[in-house]
Amino acid sequence: MSWVLVLPIAVPFATAVVAYLARNYPAGRWISLAGSALSLVVSAILMVAVLNEGVIAAQMSNWNAPFGITLVADYLSAVMVVITAITGLATAIYALGEIPEETESLGFYALFQVLIAGVTGAFLTGDLFNLYVWFEVMLIASFSLLVIGGGKERLDAGIKYVALNLVSTLIFLSGIGLLYGVTGTLNMADLRQAVANAENQGLITVIAMMFMVGFGVKAAVFPLFFWLPASYHTPYFTISAVFAGLLTKVGVYAMMRMFTLVFVGDVGFTHEILIWVSLLTMFTGVIGAAAQSDFRKILSFHIISQIGYMTLGLALFTPLALMGGVFYLVHHIIVKANLFFVAGLAKQYAGSTDLNKIGGLYKSSPLLAALFIIPAFSLAGFPPLSGFWAKYLIVKAALEIDAWFIAFVSLLVGLLTIFSMTKIWGMAFWKPHPDGIDPTPDRAPARVTRAMMIPIIGLAAMTILIGFYPEPFVQFAQTAAQQLLDPTDYVTTVLGVQP
Amino acid sequence: MNSIIFTAAARLLVALLFVFSLFMLLRGHHLPGGGFIGGLIGAVAFIVYSLATGPAEARLALRISPEVIAMIGLGIALLAGLFSFFMGDPFFTGQWYWVGGDSYETAAFSINTVLVFDIGVYLVVLGGILSLTYAFEEET
Repeated sequence: MSWVLVLPIAVPFATAVVAYLARNYPAGRWISLAGSALSLVVSAILMVAVLNEGVIAAQMSNWNAPFGITLVADYLSAVMVVITAITGLATAIYALGEIPEETESLGFYALFQVLIAGVTGAFLTGDLFNLYVWFEVMLIASFSLLVIGGGKERLDAGIKYVALNLVSTLIFLSGIGLLYGVTGTLNMADLRQAVANAENQGLITVIAMMFMVGFGVKAAVFPLFFWLPASYHTPYFTISAVFAGLLTKVGVYAMMRMFTLVFVGDVGFTHEILIWVSLLTMFTGVIGAAAQSDFRKILSFHIISQIGYMTLGLALFTPLALMGGVFYLVHHIIVKANLFFVAGLAKQYAGSTDLNKIGGLYKSSPLLAALFIIPAFSLAGFPPLSGFWAKYLIVKAALEIDAWFIAFVSLLVGLLTIFSMTKIWGMAFWKPHPDGIDPTPDRAPARVTRAMMIPIIGLAAMTILIGFYPEPFVQFAQTAAQQLLDPTDYVTTVLGVQP
Repeated sequence: MNSIIFTAAARLLVALLFVFSLFMLLRGHHLPGGGFIGGLIGAVAFIVYSLATGPAEARLALRISPEVIAMIGLGIALLAGLFSFFMGDPFFTGQWYWVGGDSYETAAFSINTVLVFDIGVYLVVLGGILSLTYAFEEET
């Protein structure tokens, strides 16, 4: 049983080793691709196991919880692992088209696989310090991926990213230290009891806020988001897609986990703050996007605005809202990664991502235009795409508790999202190219276009699938939310599993 | 660095440090030591060598590039963890074979996956530190 939980982490690591040793040969990229495909298979096996048994846990090295490191998967973890593997596979295919050979021989694929391993580890661990370690694995890989390929802009972005994330990690680590000092345990399931029984509840709330700030920087919530638009528009599109899809979501996931499992003693205080943070995140993100005129910068600001919806789902703390939050998390990873993929292909065709310098994409490539419309409208929440259901659940949850203002802001932000999506649509796709030329799909080699097109089509198909057939996904999110709100199963499985 | 005293002393120091790093590696687990500290000392040996002869020469002495050493180390550590799969234990459970007894007190020595893991860690630390320091030395 325990191997079901280990393999989604072990496979990317093993792939990283082999891909690095083969980095100077064409075999390296195929090894990475095969490894990503295998990751998806083992993640699917994990998902099946979770669907059959509810919550599963395993004690690493045979050290019982709460002393050893526990890997644990409930519905939320399992779906995050699967979606990570899907994004990983899509990115591995996309990379075949975009990443030049010099970058490959620097070890691009190894770093990419280590990043995936770090993200998966963060989703699966049941130990707080281990979570910190996975954050580090993930960040070290992402630092290198951000600056790989060189250039002044990338280094500048890399420094901002590193500095801000180190601060957040430091706050997170101090929080862990204080929490250990108060409770004497770092196993998340064990912490639930220990925190509830702690004498000094005031200190617990302070620690909770430290965690909120630490995870908040990673998740890019207001007012801690400024590293994200400063760095996401510089690396390769492959990398910004995987960053946009996965990295901030790890912060949201960690927040969801800690603020449903451990820090639930003073919901009126902590989650109230989170509501305001979420609303401001949604609003500033979308306003920031409106001011930009670069394809990727607009998308970067939209990540921030969408993160607000997810944390809002957590902050409202009702079954329906959490369900919406989980649904949003999954939907957004697919859509956002896809939009960055589209941006990369648009650059291949038109030569730039500056919206003032490109145009005419609709005329020269109607297929790309159609493929942009799907994730863009899904992001804005058009029925019947996946984003509609996600927004619908959140807004309904807000209306259910008579929070009219929250519902109003959610709808307003959706409207403003459409505004900046139409801006991209109008400037990149509809208006003629400012140089008077037609962007020609033929400019890029067929091999490149094919590698980039496959993941875009695949992810768009998933968006449509979730949109037209949301029933099983909604039900899944509902069970995930139930497990989050009532983690009895989680706690008993983790503490009760004898190796 | 052009000091004949340092260059001459470096030869001795490098050999001593390297032997000491292997000693630390093998001594680990039951006594203070282990892969991490051993790897650090091993890296110091090569750093001393590179200070005496220059990074280009030191890279030649290492034969394999430090990045590859680190990645191989990662692979070895992973294999040590995966080995417990064949014994039906969870990931990373140490597998011990006692020679001449059945526990730490009675056996003469043991063969175990913990040492394999430590060797992996040793190589990761050695390779990681060296790839950093060589890059810095070559920069200037």
